[in-house]
Amino acid sequence: MSSAPITAPAAVPRRRRRARRLLSQPLAVVGLAIAVGWLLVAIFAPLLAPYDPLAQDFPLTQAPSREHLFGTDELGRDVLSRVIYGSRLSLPLALLLVVLATALGSLLGAIAGYFRSWVDPLVMRTTDLVFAFPAIILAMVVTASLGPNIRNAVLAIVIVAWPTYARVVRGLVLSLGDAEFVQASRLLGSSSRRTLMHDVLPNLAGPVVVLATLDLANAILLLAGLSFLGLGAQPPDPEWGSMVSVGTQYFQYWWMGTFPGLAIFSAVLAFNFLGDSLRDRLDPRGVSRGKHQGVA
Amino acid sequence: MTLLAVDELRVRVATDDEPLQIVDGVSYEVGEGRIFGIAGESGSGKTVSVLALMGLLPRGASVTGAARFEGDDLVSMTPARLRQVCGREIGLVFQDPLTSFHPMLSVGRQLTEHLRHHYGATRADARGRALALLDEVRIPDPATAFERYPHEFSGGMRQRIAIAGALMCEPRLLIADEPTTALDVTVQAGILRLIDRLRRDRALSVILITHDLGVMSALADDLAIFYGGRIVEDGPADELLAQPRHPYTRALLDALPHPESARGEPLRGIPGPPAQPGSLPSGCVFHPRCAYAVESCRTEVPELRRLGDRGLACPVDPFAP
Amino acid sequence: MSVLEIEGLEVAYERRGHDPVRAVVDASLAVGRGEIVGLVGESGCGKSTLARAAVGLIRPTSGKVVFEGRELSPLDRGARGREAARLQMVFQNPYASLNPRRRVGRQIADALAILGLASREDRPRRAASLLDRVGLPPTAVSRFPHEFSGGQRQRIAIARALAADPSVLVLDEPLSSLDASAQAQIANLLVDLSRNLGLGLLLISHDLGIVHQVADRVCVMYLGEIVEEGPTDEVWARPLHPYTEALINAIPHPDGRRFMPEALPGEVPDPARPPAGCRFHPRCPLAFDRCTHEHPPLEEVVDGRAAACWLAADRAVRQAPGTAPRAAEG
Repeated sequence: MSSAPITAPAAVPRRRRRARRLLSQPLAVVGLAIAVGWLLVAIFAPLLAPYDPLAQDFPLTQAPSREHLFGTDELGRDVLSRVIYGSRLSLPLALLLVVLATALGSLLGAIAGYFRSWVDPLVMRTTDLVFAFPAIILAMVVTASLGPNIRNAVLAIVIVAWPTYARVVRGLVLSLGDAEFVQASRLLGSSSRRTLMHDVLPNLAGPVVVLATLDLANAILLLAGLSFLGLGAQPPDPEWGSMVSVGTQYFQYWWMGTFPGLAIFSAVLAFNFLGDSLRDRLDPRGVSRGKHQGVA
Repeated sequence: MTLLAVDELRVRVATDDEPLQIVDGVSYEVGEGRIFGIAGESGSGKTVSVLALMGLLPRGASVTGAARFEGDDLVSMTPARLRQVCGREIGLVFQDPLTSFHPMLSVGRQLTEHLRHHYGATRADARGRALALLDEVRIPDPATAFERYPHEFSGGMRQRIAIAGALMCEPRLLIADEPTTALDVTVQAGILRLIDRLRRDRALSVILITHDLGVMSALADDLAIFYGGRIVEDGPADELLAQPRHPYTRALLDALPHPESARGEPLRGIPGPPAQPGSLPSGCVFHPRCAYAVESCRTEVPELRRLGDRGLACPVDPFAP
Repeated sequence: MSVLEIEGLEVAYERRGHDPVRAVVDASLAVGRGEIVGLVGESGCGKSTLARAAVGLIRPTSGKVVFEGRELSPLDRGARGREAARLQMVFQNPYASLNPRRRVGRQIADALAILGLASREDRPRRAASLLDRVGLPPTAVSRFPHEFSGGQRQRIAIARALAADPSVLVLDEPLSSLDASAQAQIANLLVDLSRNLGLGLLLISHDLGIVHQVADRVCVMYLGEIVEEGPTDEVWARPLHPYTEALINAIPHPDGRRFMPEALPGEVPDPARPPAGCRFHPRCPLAFDRCTHEHPPLEEVVDGRAAACWLAADRAVRQAPGTAPRAAEG
């Protein structure tokens, strides 16, 4: 019995349409360009940096010139090279800690939301505990107690960041639990665990990715902040935050703090733009709405 | 006497992709004290065509044509004047009685707000009018209802209140968009009777938009069938429903379960989904689903021909009497 | 032989500080092999709750569901076995009942994989064949739900349920979200499946017209109770319960004859505070003294027909003189 001819969905034009949609959002394009730009800088740092970032061979505190586009710092190091190499610290570390926080938070949130019982209150009270403290303060406490270095800073930020994911994912899982396709799955014999893996988790990807992208910006900032306070990257690492920190002590040599600061600013802005546009793309479009909802 | 004359109305909406022609040359007349039915499925343009008259379309929409209401053209009016005309002369009732209301304001406040704003009526006068209307729409104990909140009422009651609200400014035209679709059948019957009574008592003109031809049969005096943004058939409702001439109208009626038809007989669906703006077929928009289509239906857009008091956009005319 | 039997089902919700709401009260019905049973009622009558309790998505407060001779236990943490999975459900909203992130073919093959009904190599073929059974082309397997219309999605949902090799399908308002032409097609599909596969269908709907056309038997619900039950033709032509009659008279007729449907006075009462005696009595045109304090049970009045009304036996006699009513109650 074959009565209804299927309307052929437009497969190829969809790709073109998606590209056009992306280009219609200039902020997203700018964000993407900057993010990709920094990514390339991080990858090709040795080729791009004119000098060794740790070499203290140059005249001290020179203003920007043709040999040193960003000037030199108080120890005679080329600021441009340090900023370039700084991307190798800030970006991969921020990415790492967001991945860790997302994984940990999402997993705990999903388990809490799906299995409820005693796991749920346990996870939720823990997140409450973490939320009770301002992020930077908590991160400071953790790093200070574990010992101030970049590895502990990453750990501290993961501890501070995972609860947000747990909360969001738990909420999503709770609402999905009532979703009809989940119920249908259970009726077909799917176990709770299988339903969690196949039905619930894939539908979490969208909102979580948006959250993670925006969080990348926070991570960069937080990492820079900790380093600024001396609790993260230690000298002589060319981390942007610590460079800004030193820069504040040498205010008259404005180039020492300004360029690393601009680097932080541009990276944070880029990920914010990207995250925002991702969120806009995912929300109103609504994954489960058909392309042609009745207009009339 | 014609209250509203719509002439070649076209609505085009800009989207991320190509612009969509949602309404493509629609013309009709609403007589004084008559109920004009606009019937169609989703995607037919029925709601958008009416929203266009009221200036309620989103920013990317462009409206051409004319809609002469009491001498003035609604389409070419300034937004400010349009708001004034609509606020005073046209009442609107929507499908969903829940979202038509502000959940945090009392019923009385929402009913009287409009009158006080548009006409500068005093609180006492507005309240008096509201209570009278609540009574007219058969809300029990209007004084108490006045103080209550929308969520305290059932769907049917809310729809009655919505109708009362639409009548506060004593409009000459009431537009009801799927007013009973979200209601149970016994509640729907009550609302249909109410609209019928209001029309008679107040000589009110009504534009009734619905996909439900049974509702049309109960209420409509004149009827236009929308499909793919165009009118495919129109005429007096009784005649049209008893003797439909356009293949789409006939197919639509055939798809409905008939109380008299034999049980077990399969329902006759129309193959394929209804035409949607953006992917309209060439020529006659209905031709891919039409059992009577000929070669020319694919290439030529049929004109709405006048045949006495009926209009028909089908050159084939397979059901001609 | 009934494949699905619902006996004395009761579903009550606790509310803090309020009386519990009895959403379903002492409901009993049966679905036989290849039989289409319609369950009709208006909003708040409890039909969806009854449907969900019937398949085990909701735990009933009391009463039981017997499926294929075995008592059905509600869904809990564990996975449902092959026997219980032969009772499937199709939901109202075709946009919510399919996982938006998984391809259609995979979702249809779910039951085959989980219940071990087909080997890995065989699954794609079975999925394609199921799609064909519901009138969709095999190319649909690699597509996502959002690429299809409402009617097509509903077909996919049916195909997915069919994969579990069910003997009974419970359908909760499967046609409400669809436009008229899609409704007709899906209704025809359901009848076809029932006749050809011997599937029992419990079709919940507020649309009496469709139910009349399609169902062999019909149960009418009001405020949590089944008030009338019987062969569709009979119930339609000679309703025994005043509510059924009101429901039928409220249906508009699209024939151009200006039929103005009948309205029911009053409102559906709050399920938490139902009227005493017969739950329908405040709105019933035929209510008399007994109705206000004595609750009429659902009783067989004539062969195969039951109604919960003190006047049912009388009406049965008047409608078909010479037929002796089962319960000689007045």
